[in-house]
Amino acid sequence: MKHILDDLNKAFENKIRLGIMSALVVNDQVDFNTLKDLLGVTDGNLASHLKTLESKEYIKVYKAFVGRKPKTNYKVTASGKKAFKKHIKAIEQLLK
Amino acid sequence: MDKQKYIDDIKDIKDIMDRSTKFISLSGLTGIVTGALALVAVYFAYNIVYTGQNYLVDRIAIISTDKLLLLFGIAALTIILSVLLGLFFTSKKARLHNQKLWDAQAKRFYSSLAIPLGTGGILCTILLVKGYVGLVAPLTLIFYGLALVNGSHLTLSEIKSLGIIEIILGLVSIYFIGYGLAFWAIGFGVMHIIYGVLMHIKYGS
Repeated sequence: MKHILDDLNKAFENKIRLGIMSALVVNDQVDFNTLKDLLGVTDGNLASHLKTLESKEYIKVYKAFVGRKPKTNYKVTASGKKAFKKHIKAIEQLLK
Repeated sequence: MDKQKYIDDIKDIKDIMDRSTKFISLSGLTGIVTGALALVAVYFAYNIVYTGQNYLVDRIAIISTDKLLLLFGIAALTIILSVLLGLFFTSKKARLHNQKLWDAQAKRFYSSLAIPLGTGGILCTILLVKGYVGLVAPLTLIFYGLALVNGSHLTLSEIKSLGIIEIILGLVSIYFIGYGLAFWAIGFGVMHIIYGVLMHIKYGS
């Protein structure tokens, strides 16, 4: 049992971080406001969780301007995708 | 170990993946109401087309210009009412799903519908102008079905089978040309009501 628990990723234990990763792995990119609507969280809350994932290099930030409005897009990195898959596999193992 | 937490996690992951990629706010009620509307429209159209025809001589319906204008009026009114009712029910359901009426998913879904529908619409308009009225009903069914199949991977999975049924109905009605209104009633009326009821039962409104 020990090795399965090792595969569970602390970064994805949090519901909001788990939600961010779920949305990013199935979309090319998702912008900040879409994530906010999707998860139903406040700006500050979402931003802090995005920072955490960013510092682990699971996601990458792309800032762009649409007209004059700044738009922040997020993409999952290769290592983020790998870590997320590993985490889901571990959950599936646990539930078996 | 808390298994329930992980079961919830998996459910959340699936839900967010669905909500972030698919337009799931299609409402069964839209199908039921627009289907009924289509049947009413076909009833009026039938009366306009088939009254005052001389079937003792031949089985050809001759449509005068003012009758044709009246038919266009009915068609336009049906489309406008259907879209308005659709928007109403969809926005209600989108609120329920915490999804917006016009977000990235909706845009992707509608633009994948728009290309086949636009092509079919232009083609049918050209045929109408050229006087090939009989081909219009089958082709609208076929292109509508193609649009649904094309967009089905971006929304509820049932839409694909509805699309395939519409395509088959369209093809069959090309063979039985002249029964366009009957096939329209089945394709746009009866099928929408059946799928509307099924989706209302399965997903709620």
